[in-house]
Amino acid sequence: MKRRTFTNLTVGLGLAASLFGTTAMAQDNMRIALVVKALGIGFFEAAAEGAEEAAEELGGVEIIYTGPTDTTAEGQIEVINSLIAQGVDAIAVSANDTDALVPTLKKAMQRGITVISWDSGVAEDGRQMHLNPSSNALIGNMIIKLAADHLPDGGDVAVLSATTTSTNQNVWIEEMNKVMGDYPDINLVTTVYGDDLADKSYREATGLMQSYPDLDAIIAPTSVGIVAAAQAVVDAGKVGEVNVTGLGLPSEMAGAIESGASKSFAIWNPIDLGYSAAMIAHALASGAATAEPGAEISIGRVGTITLDDTNSAAMADPFVYDASNIDQFKSIF
Amino acid sequence: MLRRILRSREALLVSAIVLLLLLISSRFPGFVAPANLANVFNDTSPLILLAIGQMIVILTKCIDLSVAANLALTGMVVSMVNVAEPGLPIAVILVIAVGLGTILGMFNGILVWKLAIPPIVVTLGTMTIFRGIIFVISDGKWVNSHEMSPAFKSFPRTDILGLPILGWIAVLAVIGFTVVMTRTTLGRAFYAAGGNPHAATYAGINVGKTQFWAFTISGALAGLTGYLWVSRFAVSYVDIAGGFELDVVAACVIGGVSIMGGIGTVAGALLGALFLGIIKNALPVVDISPFWQLAISGGAIIIAVALNAQSNRGKGRIILKRAEQAT
Repeated sequence: MKRRTFTNLTVGLGLAASLFGTTAMAQDNMRIALVVKALGIGFFEAAAEGAEEAAEELGGVEIIYTGPTDTTAEGQIEVINSLIAQGVDAIAVSANDTDALVPTLKKAMQRGITVISWDSGVAEDGRQMHLNPSSNALIGNMIIKLAADHLPDGGDVAVLSATTTSTNQNVWIEEMNKVMGDYPDINLVTTVYGDDLADKSYREATGLMQSYPDLDAIIAPTSVGIVAAAQAVVDAGKVGEVNVTGLGLPSEMAGAIESGASKSFAIWNPIDLGYSAAMIAHALASGAATAEPGAEISIGRVGTITLDDTNSAAMADPFVYDASNIDQFKSIF
Repeated sequence: MLRRILRSREALLVSAIVLLLLLISSRFPGFVAPANLANVFNDTSPLILLAIGQMIVILTKCIDLSVAANLALTGMVVSMVNVAEPGLPIAVILVIAVGLGTILGMFNGILVWKLAIPPIVVTLGTMTIFRGIIFVISDGKWVNSHEMSPAFKSFPRTDILGLPILGWIAVLAVIGFTVVMTRTTLGRAFYAAGGNPHAATYAGINVGKTQFWAFTISGALAGLTGYLWVSRFAVSYVDIAGGFELDVVAACVIGGVSIMGGIGTVAGALLGALFLGIIKNALPVVDISPFWQLAISGGAIIIAVALNAQSNRGKGRIILKRAEQAT
């Protein structure tokens, strides 16, 4: 079954390649392959949409949106091998495994194909650069900004985190504390831990509202915590008094936005991510930019990225979701 | 007689709970307000329901580690049913939840009874199987608040006389199972099967079958709690109630249920669950460092087990109340 799918895929791609081949000769189109973790995932479909948008903007670019049928490194290797055989100009991959794809991607680079990773990276040897959706500093700033934006006169906020040992959350909170000076009227009262369990997070959020009756916002930089806190606010009848914000997925937060428990929250925007990956791949493949530490690459409407010592870069601030755009994104991811 | 009541496990627990409440109220007076205590009881209801089921299983010298996974699987199934058929009345949802939970419990029971596999192995296995099934049927995706129907979410929250239905279900379960455990043949058989299996066999009790029924009841309660849980937290995913089975066993142990079987009461399980529930609800408001919270919960369990070991030392096991009074 799997083999047949693969054969169909290669036949399909081969056919596509020959078609593209003729147009490439005619118009000298650049072909950028967007390789995703698996086909049929809303998040990546949205990324492909963004890549198409970039292609339209750049002109003379063909996007080949492809990937395995299940999220395995083996499947991605097969797909990448066939892309090498077709001689695409660039491969932008969201990897299922950091190391397993390296040999195949090295082969691609030896054939002069531009290779970048985005979203989920591959080891440094296997790509020219990696695009992170955001950076710890940007996330740390964003979570406090989300709360502050709805508190023009200042107020008390509390953080509901995952576990005391969650690396991501601790780094984000640390980064948030660094920029607290930029929000002088916002008073961080405490940080509590919901252990990424719905019941404990719910209880902690309820406790926060009891201990701090004047609390204005709960910042939860974790997808389980933010959903549980929003439910706790609804059950406590404090919608409108306490705003729940932080990091969450649109599909999971749609109910909280609808009930008003959360005015806004943030997470990366898959459309922008696909758009930026295509922009970078184009810039590198056309020679407009080189991937080296300190290099600046323009990514169109999203801005400019700067590569660090490991040739990775952060795309932008997490994207803010609220009542105005939640319906568009809740079915995507 | 009075002296025996005062020295009983339940009296000790009640005084421990009162002491705990006084201690908490000295730091956060709002905690003992009646409305808040109702909230705490409501929040502890899932634990109470599961602890009753677990107590019955432990009475028969078994243990059910799959309760939380059973809860999660049933919760996922009913929330997916709700998404597919939002118009389905809540009564049907409740029947599905209890029915599926019962079947899952029976599966455990059959393995223990007919294949005589040690219960800890059976339920460790089914725990993983149930979680695995959730992943398969849900594809690892969440069922979210906005996908559930309003009726599905509002049922356990509906307030009757100041206590939500979720809390009332726990009250009914406590009353119902107190009657079952003290006034029915099956209830007494649970004590006999665990207290002295050989004597129970001679008395004509099928020990394996009794254990099967214990797992069935535990499963049914876990299934019921599954619906109440996903509805209360308005979300369902693979990991819900992860590790909750340990809280349930802890509640039983604190409540004086002997892990060796044969000793334990519904009131004990209720008080053990309340003790844990009060600690869980109080820790966020009394401003104790989260690093200490786990240590405090663990300490309470060790103290309870130590007390258990003390009080059970050197005493014979009591199967028939009448015989005990005669001596």
